[in-house]
Amino acid sequence: MTRGWYPLGAGLLGLGLWQAVVWITGAPHFILPDPWRVAKVGFENRALIAEHTLITATEVALGLLIGSLLGALTAIQLAASPRLARLTLPMLVFTQAVPVFALAPILTVWLGYGMASKIAMAVLIIYFPVTSAFHDGLTRVPPALLDLAETMGASPSQIMRRIRIPHALPSLASGLKLAAVYAPIGAVIGEWVGSSKGLGYLMLLANGRAKVDLMFASLIALAVLTVVLHKAVSLLAQRLTEFSRFA
Amino acid sequence: MSAPTSIALRGSYRIADEMLFDGVALTMPAGEWSCLLGRSGVGKSTILRLILGLETAGQFEGTIAAGDGKPIGGRASYMAQSDLLLPWLSLRENVVLGVRLRGERPDFDKADAMIAQVGLTDDHAKKPGALSGGMRQRAALARTLMEDCPIVLLDEPFSALDAGTRADMQDLAARVLAGRTVLLVTHDPAEACRLGHHVNVLSATGIAHWPVPESAPIRGVDDPELLHTQASLLSHLRGAA
Repeated sequence: MTRGWYPLGAGLLGLGLWQAVVWITGAPHFILPDPWRVAKVGFENRALIAEHTLITATEVALGLLIGSLLGALTAIQLAASPRLARLTLPMLVFTQAVPVFALAPILTVWLGYGMASKIAMAVLIIYFPVTSAFHDGLTRVPPALLDLAETMGASPSQIMRRIRIPHALPSLASGLKLAAVYAPIGAVIGEWVGSSKGLGYLMLLANGRAKVDLMFASLIALAVLTVVLHKAVSLLAQRLTEFSRFA
Repeated sequence: MSAPTSIALRGSYRIADEMLFDGVALTMPAGEWSCLLGRSGVGKSTILRLILGLETAGQFEGTIAAGDGKPIGGRASYMAQSDLLLPWLSLRENVVLGVRLRGERPDFDKADAMIAQVGLTDDHAKKPGALSGGMRQRAALARTLMEDCPIVLLDEPFSALDAGTRADMQDLAARVLAGRTVLLVTHDPAEACRLGHHVNVLSATGIAHWPVPESAPIRGVDDPELLHTQASLLSHLRGAA
């Protein structure tokens, strides 16, 4: 079996297990629908699911973009000014101690029921991993390299631009890969707390009406969205890593 | 390149309350190679860092001055044991790193001339990952030459190379750095005796000047006087605590 077939094999195995659980437990379809039924309902509601997937995908993509940019800029700022970092990093860690989930209701109050509060959730949830990973990379440049730059009469901004940032790209890549998985969680939580669109909303709606098959179909759409996003970001991350290691 | 100048360092150095070396007087005559040997941890690299004006862990008390009275900073370039090439830049871009870091426009003709001097013309577009250890150290030498400083400080730049490549690098460095004031920190008595116009042995109580063969550097690896000198220097180093 070539490597490309393994994910397909894993998918079939998962479906088989799912079907086996349905058979063994004899659960009714409004508790645990079988894969075939979910596929059928998903296909029948494809326009509905696609519409809501697009909303969630937009929120996640914008959240990822804004959160990564903010995180990267914060990391550069903190690395450029160790004093600021000593002051700010404990504060950043403290804010991470507040569960982002707990902030969702207040964000909805502040930013409304539209996309903005969901984007903000995604931004909040990925901001710290991106900042932390990139900052680590920026501050772990081999000291001898910085010594060399200093003897060459380099300015701190040139050292940042030409040595520290390129050197830290693999670390940024790790942060981005985490962010790609976290961002959909943020957006969906935002949708649960208050919205009229998006996969999170659709899942709640379906659940509330005992349409468990539709809920499963939405869940699968969300999982596919996350996997695609993770794959896309991984490819970008690989480019970043290769750039600074060998390219 | 501006005219080479002599450099003199005098003083003591302590880390916390512990004295690392005391009463050290090191003179590097203008346009010549001075070698600095001594046991590990005796402070050889610290001396090099002090001259370069780099941060060190302890306190230096004394004076470091150039013979012409001008500041050393900006006139000294540095080459370390590790090549410190940036893996994402081509060899040529690595050679002009200093120019880039100062925000100036690189002179690629000059860079190509430096690359030719170290014999890497055919490899100028390669990334460091595609070069052997010896080639990488030659690239680092080209980068040092590009800085065109009258003072060059070398911190064991050849110690990670195999014996044959090391001897080749010594020949090359002696040729291309001729006429500059060079300080070579090294562990290797043979290297010091081959390359040095002056050999200095650092210990906690100061610096001893070791006599060098009468012939001018760079000396042949099979020069009998060189072999004799390096053998007695090695014995001395083994005896020095």
